[in-house]
Amino acid sequence: MIELKSRRQLEILDAANRIIRTILGELSEMIAPGVTTADLNRHAEGRLEEEGAGAAFKGYRLPGYSPFPAALCTSVNEEVVHGIPSPDRVLRAGDIVSLDFGGVVDGLYGDAAVTVPVGRVADEAVDLITTAREALWRGIEQARPGRRVSDISAAVQQRVESSGYAVVRDFVGHGIGRQMHEEPQVPNYVASGIRDPELRAGMVLAIEPMIAAGGWEVEVDRDNGWTVRTRDRSLSAHWELSVAVTEAGPWVLGGPPGEGTG
Amino acid sequence: MPKEEAIQVEAKVLETLPNAMFRLELDNKHKVLAHISGKMRKNFIRILPGDRVLVELSPYDLSRGRIVYRFK
Repeated sequence: MIELKSRRQLEILDAANRIIRTILGELSEMIAPGVTTADLNRHAEGRLEEEGAGAAFKGYRLPGYSPFPAALCTSVNEEVVHGIPSPDRVLRAGDIVSLDFGGVVDGLYGDAAVTVPVGRVADEAVDLITTAREALWRGIEQARPGRRVSDISAAVQQRVESSGYAVVRDFVGHGIGRQMHEEPQVPNYVASGIRDPELRAGMVLAIEPMIAAGGWEVEVDRDNGWTVRTRDRSLSAHWELSVAVTEAGPWVLGGPPGEGTG
Repeated sequence: MPKEEAIQVEAKVLETLPNAMFRLELDNKHKVLAHISGKMRKNFIRILPGDRVLVELSPYDLSRGRIVYRFK
């Protein structure tokens, strides 16, 4: 059952995503060689509190996982998602780092992610990051009433694979609203065996391409139970935005005026 | 978020019930109530007690499932 959001709920979701995206912007500015992922998480947690928003990831449980220990996911290089911030993880020039951040305002969730280069990085890494971001926007473009979730999936997959990269399959985008993860699942490839609902005005989707320079297979860290890495240890990039489906077209929540509306 | 897929397991049909429902026993001896997938119903695939079938279970409710294949 996919919950359709009211105008009022969409406005709160917009506000929640605005906070998340503002803080993600600040974190991107902070990124430099020598900064640790724990520094980033500390800033994220502090600013979330200043904004009066709750942390969505901290303490989050998935079946079979221990609670996530931080407000921010920091995934460096071959880490795809769910990297745990640590004072021992010092960013170095040439790294790329994905920041995935969520918050809750008045019971409604915002969720977004960016991938940022640290200092000067290889051209291949820049291309991977750019491809993931463009794929996200191709997906967003499909978030219109009457299209299906698989139209989003196909647009993302096509953009990624046309550049010779792979789409991670074991993790998917999701509906978002009163819970961080709601129906439907939004895969970044055309998937069989899961529901493929038609999109309707009022649905809110967190679209999040996770892509790899090598193969799509990933594995979860055995020790911490969270961090997802590419099995072949190839570089990975990840972007995410939350988008409302409206009669006027995709409404990218929390963005500057005019961005992707209508 | 991690992709959530229905879990597919093999089972044996114990009993046929009204409304194309079946009582199945999984290989681990769990008993589940399952209905037949729309595609199998459309193609009129009969399922009788003793047949071996492939059943999809939802990760949320492991006591109910959907039969997606009958082994010959």
